[in-house]
Amino acid sequence: MAYNTYSLKEAANRPERLVAGHRMCAGCGGPVAVRAVLRALRPEDRAVACVATSCLEVSSCTYPYTSWRDSFLHTAFENAAASASGVEAACAALRRRGKIEDEYKIITFGGDGGTYDIGFQSLSGAMERGTDMVYVCYDNEAYMNTGIQRSSSTPAFADTTTSATGPKSAGKPQYKKDLTKIMAAHHIPYVAQTTFIGNFKDIHRKSETAIYTAGPAFLNVLAPCPRGWRYEASDLMEICKAAVESCVWPLFEVVDGEWILNYEPKKKLPVTDYLRLQGRFKHLFEPGKEDILEAIQDDIDQRWEELKALCDMA
Amino acid sequence: MSKRDRLSGNEAVATAIRQIDPDVIAAFPITPSTEIPQYISSFKAEGLIGTEFVTVESEHSAMSACIGASAAGARAMTATSSAGMALMYELLYVAASDRLPIVMAAVNRALSGPININADHSDSMGARDSGWIQIYSENAQEAYDNMLMAHRIAEHPDVMLPVMICQDGFITSHAVENVVIEDDSFVKGFVGEYRPEKYLLNPDEPLGVGPYSVSIFYMEIKRQQFEAMSKARAVIAQVSADFTAQTGREYGMLEKYRMDGAELAILIMSSAAGTGKDAVDILRAKGVKAGLVKLRVFRPFPAEDVAEALGGLKALGIMDRSDGFSACGGPLGAEVRAALYGKADGIRTINYIYGLGGRDMRTEDFEHIFGELAAMRDGGEAPDCRYQGVRE
Ligand SMILES: Cc1ncc(C[n+]2csc(CCOP(=O)(O)OP(=O)(O)O)c2C)c(N)n1
Ligand code: SF4
Ligand SMILES: [Mg+2]
Repeated sequence: MAYNTYSLKEAANRPERLVAGHRMCAGCGGPVAVRAVLRALRPEDRAVACVATSCLEVSSCTYPYTSWRDSFLHTAFENAAASASGVEAACAALRRRGKIEDEYKIITFGGDGGTYDIGFQSLSGAMERGTDMVYVCYDNEAYMNTGIQRSSSTPAFADTTTSATGPKSAGKPQYKKDLTKIMAAHHIPYVAQTTFIGNFKDIHRKSETAIYTAGPAFLNVLAPCPRGWRYEASDLMEICKAAVESCVWPLFEVVDGEWILNYEPKKKLPVTDYLRLQGRFKHLFEPGKEDILEAIQDDIDQRWEELKALCDMA
Repeated sequence: MSKRDRLSGNEAVATAIRQIDPDVIAAFPITPSTEIPQYISSFKAEGLIGTEFVTVESEHSAMSACIGASAAGARAMTATSSAGMALMYELLYVAASDRLPIVMAAVNRALSGPININADHSDSMGARDSGWIQIYSENAQEAYDNMLMAHRIAEHPDVMLPVMICQDGFITSHAVENVVIEDDSFVKGFVGEYRPEKYLLNPDEPLGVGPYSVSIFYMEIKRQQFEAMSKARAVIAQVSADFTAQTGREYGMLEKYRMDGAELAILIMSSAAGTGKDAVDILRAKGVKAGLVKLRVFRPFPAEDVAEALGGLKALGIMDRSDGFSACGGPLGAEVRAALYGKADGIRTINYIYGLGGRDMRTEDFEHIFGELAAMRDGGEAPDCRYQGVRE
């Protein structure tokens, strides 16, 4: 497989399929995720991008402009996967009837809101039906497009505009939903979790595998948002690295039911090293919040052990 | 050669779908339209159609998949009723504004609550402003015929709008009638091939569908929808005339029944028109100058045809099989009165709400209504709106 010979240079030299001029913020993980995934497409292969309503959608296809070189479809917030399954069905029917010749890769992008929450049903349905597509969640852990409201992906104790902090609230009371695991429970051929690390080899390889695996594939990409997480635009890579090194966002994949841990930090970073980088957790570093920090660490540790057990590494 | 067959409304529509053999169908079961996706599944199992059948997990996803398929360049269809159509609501608007010629077999059923599975028009009337063309069928034959005409109307370059072909749940969808079924080859020829101008899977021209559109562009897009819906009148007339020429079965925007010399009439849609016609016959035999107008096309609303058909009447009963809870009548009442205003003034009207949740509408009910219309013609007091056939 090509990813064995991955070179950042070769990947970076492929023509961009999401071009400059979109209106997402500087330092946003969203377009980085999209470009990284699309770069895994062989340049000669055709694709259709289906995008849920989100920051990405409103900022990258604003009438009469589009930043997408490939055909693009947006219908609504909660149904990107269902819309994509219609495109897939059309592709199959029209090819069988000799009305089109080309094969198309169908790649769907949704934010965490459009994926973990309101679009969860349509995603589950499309995956269960075996739709031949890649669903990419660019997870920025809140509803950013409408102004940073909590989602089921928002980590516990984060400050958002609907999990406000104050004398009576330490932020979001609930822990983050483990969507990647839920998608693995669909027994689809390929599920993976990734983010932007080092030379992007991990996300590139996983995107390539997802795109060129027949049948449904799901990629969960941690894609930080400087506005919602409150970090400097230039710190994007540092945040992602801390997420991985602290085991907040482990890199793993599930290939035909086999769980594989792709990276194990030599020395697990304390979760506070990750939280401290972000304004949304600032209130946790006030005196008297030590028990909360401890609870967060316990949760991360427990999830990490569970994951290792699944990957047969306990 | 066409042939006569004994079919229910659902079977007739499913037969039309088999003959049309669309590229994609995405549908979800709901009484009373469930049989349609069941037939699709068995047609596929028997190798009678080449359609991709997307067995979605909800009607919301059914309409989403139809939008995806249609945007991609496929001929896409669905079938639904009641809560299913309500669940599609947001996407009905998307389909219309994206100018996608999706065709829906709508089997009308009441909307909750209380939950009820029988016929009324509250489902499709709730979607009346979504930008879909709406055509209502009196019986299984009309449901079949309208389905054969639907794609040509939807896909006409002047139109490019989704179409719903409505029939009444159970009364039409499940009752078995004699239906003339056209030859498969006739249907193929009549419906024709779909060749979209712009579509996602065109390798020569990638396309963006459904962009974010700010105020400086949004209104022009709506104005184009208005234009398309206006032009749909002529296209429906033209396709219907062609269908009539080829089959001998007459279709227009509306049907006039014994309206010559009529002083009293009712305006009605779908299955209850049949009972209404029986009542008109009974009354005509007694010398009452009664008539009936059956509206076939509700969107686009054929205001001129309505005013022309009703002009000269003394009293009119406008029959709504749903209540808009405006406290002054149903949707048909409002639109018909607006069509008459300034065009055919002087007709006194009562707006009747009838048949909700499958409540029977008998010839006696119509006779009673004509009695009230006669009293009103003769100067009697009459309410603007009232429920017929209800315990009050
Ligand atoms: C049915 C519906 N409900 C609510 C909205 C408003 N809305 C649009 S985008 C959005 C949040 C998107 O969040 P997410 O999917 O996480 O993407 P992000 O903007 O964070 O990248 C919301 C609430 C909508 N468009 N449709
Ligand atoms: S608000 Fe956040 S997610 Fe949205 S464009 Fe800006 S950085 Fe990206
Ligand atoms: Mg988000």
